Amino acid sequence: MTPRPRRSFHLSWVSLLAVFFACLALVPLGFVIWATFATGFETATTLILRPRVAGLLMNTVLLIVLTVPACVVLGVALAWLTERTDMPGARLFSWLSVAPLAVPAFVHSYAWIGVWPGLNGLAAGVPISIVAYFPFLYLPVAAALRLLDPGLEDQAASLGLTPRAVFFRVVLPQLRLAILGGALLIALHLLSEYGLFAMIRFDTFTTAIIDQFQSTYNGVAANMLAVVLVLCCLVFLGLDYAIRGRQRYARLGSGVARRTSITPLGPMRYPALLLPIATVAFSLGIPALTLGHWLLAGGADIWRLDAIGLALWQTLRICLIGGLATTAAAIPIAWLSVRRPCAKNRLIEGCYYLASAMPGVVVALALVTITVKVATLYQTLATIVFAYVILFLPRALVSLRASIAQVPKELEQAAESLGRSPARAVLATTVRLAAPGAAAGLALSSLGIMNELTATQMLAPNGTRTLAIAFWALTGEIDYAGAAPYALLMVVFSLPLTWLLYQQSKKIAGR
Amino acid sequence: MTLLEIWTLRKHYGPVTAVDGVSLAIESGSRTAIVGPSGCGKTTLLRLIAGFEAPDGGSITFDGALIADERSQIPAHKRGVGIVSQDGSLFPHLTVEQNIGFGLKDDAADRKIRISELMDMVELDRAMLTRRPDELSGGQQQRVALARAMARRPRVILLDEPFSALDTGLRVATRKAVGAVLSAAGITTVLVTHDQAEALAFADQVVVMRAGRFAQVGTPREVYAHPADPATAAFLGEAIVLAARLENGQATTMLGQIAIHDRNRQGQAQILLRPEQFSILPHQGTEDSASTNFTSGIITDVDFCGPSCDLAISLDKNPDFSLRLAMASQPLFEKGARVQISVNGPAHVFS
Ligand SMILES: Nc1ncnc2c1ncn2[C@@H]1O[C@H](COP(=O)(O)OP(=O)(O)O)[C@@H](O)[C@H]1O
Ligand SMILES: [Mg+2]
Repeated sequence: MTPRPRRSFHLSWVSLLAVFFACLALVPLGFVIWATFATGFETATTLILRPRVAGLLMNTVLLIVLTVPACVVLGVALAWLTERTDMPGARLFSWLSVAPLAVPAFVHSYAWIGVWPGLNGLAAGVPISIVAYFPFLYLPVAAALRLLDPGLEDQAASLGLTPRAVFFRVVLPQLRLAILGGALLIALHLLSEYGLFAMIRFDTFTTAIIDQFQSTYNGVAANMLAVVLVLCCLVFLGLDYAIRGRQRYARLGSGVARRTSITPLGPMRYPALLLPIATVAFSLGIPALTLGHWLLAGGADIWRLDAIGLALWQTLRICLIGGLATTAAAIPIAWLSVRRPCAKNRLIEGCYYLASAMPGVVVALALVTITVKVATLYQTLATIVFAYVILFLPRALVSLRASIAQVPKELEQAAESLGRSPARAVLATTVRLAAPGAAAGLALSSLGIMNELTATQMLAPNGTRTLAIAFWALTGEIDYAGAAPYALLMVVFSLPLTWLLYQQSKKIAGR
Repeated sequence: MTLLEIWTLRKHYGPVTAVDGVSLAIESGSRTAIVGPSGCGKTTLLRLIAGFEAPDGGSITFDGALIADERSQIPAHKRGVGIVSQDGSLFPHLTVEQNIGFGLKDDAADRKIRISELMDMVELDRAMLTRRPDELSGGQQQRVALARAMARRPRVILLDEPFSALDTGLRVATRKAVGAVLSAAGITTVLVTHDQAEALAFADQVVVMRAGRFAQVGTPREVYAHPADPATAAFLGEAIVLAARLENGQATTMLGQIAIHDRNRQGQAQILLRPEQFSILPHQGTEDSASTNFTSGIITDVDFCGPSCDLAISLDKNPDFSLRLAMASQPLFEKGARVQISVNGPAHVFS
């Protein structure tokens, strides 16, 4: 037997795969850069520097500046109430603060229009965005609150700080990273959301690109709007990176965490309920009200079972295929980032996050432009699955990473010492034990796919009619009653997946 | 003058009674050590004093004023009691300077001076002021935590096992340094620890705690030499407890006659001997049965631990009884060696 360098063969294969997928994921970004150069400087400037773009930019900035801070305040307040006070029903409201994620964003605006038919523009966009997206802030902040070392708050009190000062000087600064992460996620969603804003006739870059795309198929104008949209995304990613800096708020010391302390609200105990109740009323009550109304008004007529059945079948099929592909594509980088944490692998991982930060409409535009040139790929299942992998890979990555990290490395080594080859050792131990994480990753990426409208619309094979597409088509024909069963099904199938997301956020936080 | 007084203080968590009706007076400027096994309620007691928990019964008086009883409590931020916890609890998002200055007013004119002063007191280099806590070693973190607690000039500082996360050598050095700093500043100190040697070395007053109660309170020498019961004796150091018959200031035991202090006690009792009261010599072979100065035996087991040896000795007169004790190492200590044991009284008699 000739000795060979340990693991080298095995390692290089995994790295190669990870790099290959990363390159694929960066295709849309590459497309945007290519489009800028291909258009030529002069055409590009005339297309970008025009009042229409300025108006869209204004809309986008206003939307983000109004929505994100409101989500921060609401998310932090709800997280604090549910995690750290004796508010009655805290556990229930904790779940209800996550549940709005089960309602697709465009179903939120459908619901609001059902209650207030005249609603449109920024005045509608901001409140609907808040109820649709605040859970993205609530989740990480609640998890961070659970992880905080209560010893620090005690310490601050013994140094003479009032409870109020303790919150602002000790608790809030430690939530900074969670708040930043949630805010970034919301900003990126606002940039890439189509259905929510199209339904209330609020123009953003994404809606404008799709309008362009539908009128002058694959025009240069759409590409240039996409360039500006990507620049906006990059600005937010850069901001996040700059603020985050190199800081990490490590927990110091070895002491076991004391149970987090609960602040008694005293006479405010019941009045405090007003906030979560109002939030639930707007984020879950309004969808329930509108759906209930149309389902009752529509009666049995709206349940065209053949059409609904077909849409359901197509949705589940595409969710499963997309979810499996996404999870499989995430395995190499998940394993590398846990087992071989080095600068090179962090860079590869960063590529996936950057790629998924691209709005769905940009990804779709890129893939359309490329696949029309390769006719065999245009509007095929392969193309749309590829788009899903780019958009949702980080969801699978997070779950996989957490579960791989829980499998002690020593198990792999033990399996090797029992005579397995490195690759088979990994298969026999880590892969086996990380399976629940992979299942969670599959579920979470499926949740994203089920509620995805933009890319699905632009890329899916002709004749595809998923729940989301069917819903969108019916609301486009003002058949609000007919759309209700599709919305209901999306919510019903999303609820368990959202529950999983909620449970997972608790687990990652160590509970 | 009594600075801090607790009276029949009680605290329970559900069915667990963590602190079970304890009373204690702490003199101004003194050093008190509360020592007991893990889980006996030491941390809970400190948290009650600091104001992080509310008592279920009893009261705490600070400087003559009631600060907590079961009905009402002054909140922690108004008590002016400093606390240093086991892991330091430094704020991870702040630098060393911001940590130390945390309790000081931001605009205080002498803020910078005070922080430098505190850094000198705890013997930390001022170059560390800009570092973050995770860039400090464990011992340095504890010094920063102490400086932070002292910044507001509290009259009492509570130390909750502050040295237990440090390794042995550093532990003793840090304990000495902390003791010196606090004494120099004239701050009343309450140290909680599960290490009896640390408690005895640090304090003027030692409180032995067991299962939520105080087993004994006294000076280090008092509690070590005259423990209230065999369990306390064993907790504070190696204890050899023997059954004895008392008569005229002498205890008759299986190790012969041993002097005791109390001439008036008669009858059966248990007595305590510490290993340092024993001398073990090679057997001379001149034992006559009338002599009561020493007892002879055979070493049946030796665990060599370097400077000391754990011995098991079976006595000639009573082969079923195995005397176990740790003694400073000698070449003599070999398995099977015949030795004679003599005891230097007086022994402590348990009541
Ligand atoms: N917050 C709490 N909730 C429930 N039980 C607690 C809590 N804090 C302490 N206890 C219990 O009270 C007892 C005393 O704990 P503690 O004061 O921490 O002991 P020590 O500091 O002496 O190790 C233990 O049995 C512990 O389990
Ligand atoms: Mg403790």
